[in-house]
Amino acid sequence: MTSEILIQGGQLSDGSRSDLLVRDGIIVEIAPGIESKIATVVNAQESIVLPGLVDLHTHLREPGKEDSETVQSGSRAGAKGGYVALSAMANTSPVADTAGVVEQVFRLGKETGLLDVFPIGAVTHNLEGTQLAEIGAMADSAAQVRVFSDDGHCVFDPLVMRRALEYVKKFDGVIAQHAQEPRLTLGSQMNEGAVSAQLGLKGWPAVAEEAIIARDILLADHVQSRLHICHVTTAGGVEIIRWAKARGIQVTAEVTPHHLLLTEELAKSYDPIYKVNPPLRTEKDVMALRQALAEGVIDIVATDHAPHPAETKECEWQEASFGMLGLETALSIVNQTMVLPGLLSWEQVADRMSYAPARIARYSNHGQKIAVGARAHLTVINPTQSFKVDRDLVASRSRNTPFHGIELPGVVTATLFNGQLSYQAVR
Amino acid sequence: MKHLLSIDDVSKAQALSILDTAAELARVSDGPMKKLPTLRGRTIVNLFAEDSTRTRISFEAAAKRLSADVINFSAKGSSISKGESLKDTAQTLQAMGADAVIIRHGASGAAHRLAESRWMTGAVINAGDGTHEHPSQALLDAYTIRKHLAHGTDDLTGLHIAIVGDILHSRVARSNVLLLTKLGAKVTLVAPPTLLPVGVESWPVNISYDFDTVIEHVDAVMMLRIQQERMTELYFPNAREYSHYFGLNRDRLKMMKQTALVMHPGPMNRGLEITADSADSARSVIVEQVTNGVSVRMAILYMLLAGSQEIGVSS
Repeated sequence: MTSEILIQGGQLSDGSRSDLLVRDGIIVEIAPGIESKIATVVNAQESIVLPGLVDLHTHLREPGKEDSETVQSGSRAGAKGGYVALSAMANTSPVADTAGVVEQVFRLGKETGLLDVFPIGAVTHNLEGTQLAEIGAMADSAAQVRVFSDDGHCVFDPLVMRRALEYVKKFDGVIAQHAQEPRLTLGSQMNEGAVSAQLGLKGWPAVAEEAIIARDILLADHVQSRLHICHVTTAGGVEIIRWAKARGIQVTAEVTPHHLLLTEELAKSYDPIYKVNPPLRTEKDVMALRQALAEGVIDIVATDHAPHPAETKECEWQEASFGMLGLETALSIVNQTMVLPGLLSWEQVADRMSYAPARIARYSNHGQKIAVGARAHLTVINPTQSFKVDRDLVASRSRNTPFHGIELPGVVTATLFNGQLSYQAVR
Repeated sequence: MKHLLSIDDVSKAQALSILDTAAELARVSDGPMKKLPTLRGRTIVNLFAEDSTRTRISFEAAAKRLSADVINFSAKGSSISKGESLKDTAQTLQAMGADAVIIRHGASGAAHRLAESRWMTGAVINAGDGTHEHPSQALLDAYTIRKHLAHGTDDLTGLHIAIVGDILHSRVARSNVLLLTKLGAKVTLVAPPTLLPVGVESWPVNISYDFDTVIEHVDAVMMLRIQQERMTELYFPNAREYSHYFGLNRDRLKMMKQTALVMHPGPMNRGLEITADSADSARSVIVEQVTNGVSVRMAILYMLLAGSQEIGVSS
């Protein structure tokens, strides 16, 4: 049976205002004043219609840690945040280092059906950093993996990193590096600087991130492969990436919403809700990250959505897990930190959160411009509304949001995945 | 003041009031009847999640001299060693009606978590949290310095104190930097660059890598314990080299001012950061620090728990 959805009165990211008619998963008409007798109507009078958001960095925790998140609950959280595609990180239990595990995650995503779940494969066996995982088999599997990452761990051994970069050239893959020099960050708890000195928490120096970014950029240049830097957090890292891009090296980079908004000052509460890896940095770093995202030196926003059960945050800082929720607040934070200050237009938001991540990961069905004939992956955000984040009302199975109680501008009112409403805000 | 978590939360006036109260309480302790009825019927828990003998005994003696009931809860053999969370421990203590919890914990910020998490409602006293702070130690150090050196002035204005050794990992150093400077003293940190935290530039202190150029100018040297494992963590080459550059020995003792004090929070590594003859010299007030600790901790408990009550000597 034919199903139609009519999005009425929304503003497209180019600034024009139009109705959109979606039929059988495809955008079939873009014009003012479209009428349909059978369509479900989405009122977008005060809203912006964006191409559906694509996250390149999500921890869905399944298999193995279903108490904190599942593919299903993570998909619901993603749809609520405006996402139509998530990239499930490999640090599950068992690790996604074989075709079997990535196919399982891929299939769970299909069964849930709220968005596309693209598994990321591990670079090394069991994330141990010594032996390559079955990269080719994962690439050839039903999941068609193109992004590989040991996220949570740095691919530290330079020879392993070089081989991985070379190996993925076979199928135009990319290595997403968690840039953290392990010896410089033994037992590290927070950004190293005046605040860590005061609090007596072990420092995580910026140089530990920057040294790996620099090394891997040189390796990627040498072997002519594609490198993606996960969660860049430092002004120095931005400068190195800027230098690499100017030389034409194939490097892309992401920033998380929390690193665009929060600073290390929050650690003074000793509340581990603010404990994250890489850590929150200084105001100067935050400003450099925003500028880099505006200029495109940092290509994309990725959430690093990291659900954790309550007991791993209701404890001493040094005992607590690293990580924060991100999917349900990402777009509002980008609105607050980038759009409202005039650093990004909505069309550029579409680039940083949809076109570019889909391009980096080679998700060919995603990140397309809104046009007649295109697949209807759409996100509707009302920037005139705001909402107060409530950890008890999240769609995620975990509650570890650092934004609890904060008022954020911009409410995702509807998400369309394959022409179906995967999320619609209750009026 | 509801809690004592960090010297940062203590005003200069409050600090001086604690020191004055401690002096008054010390006079009582010197008398024939050591015990005061002030905290009769109050329950104080010593929650020591990390091994410590002297601080626990000092707080216990202080609480008992104020007639409080003291429950000792240490890591070994308790539910903490069986993996019970801080939250569950706190809720247990709350359920038992603890009026105050004195906490020693290996994690920086543990006392803050206890005080601010709403797991319990009693007063929280930080008896050392990880590498963060040890406020009662700083107060007893300031008390000791004031008693010996602050002739004529109320605070420590005009005095110059050197804190020597592993500043990076020292909660004693952090609390002392805050308190001594708050009380008007000049503080110089002496350490190899590896044992100073990145960010120390923002502290209100002077920094020196050369003990010999500092020692002749100071009114007290506070030697910090150096832990053996720091060597394997590459902070310095070996014990001999550390002692040579940063240890207090006979030669350095001779360079000190006539009136200058030798201090150490204990426990000492004799032969590493301090030689036996320095520790036992006439300038050493290390044993007296322990005595003063009891009076100062009585004053802290008094301030937090007795409110405006007068110090009453029992009849």
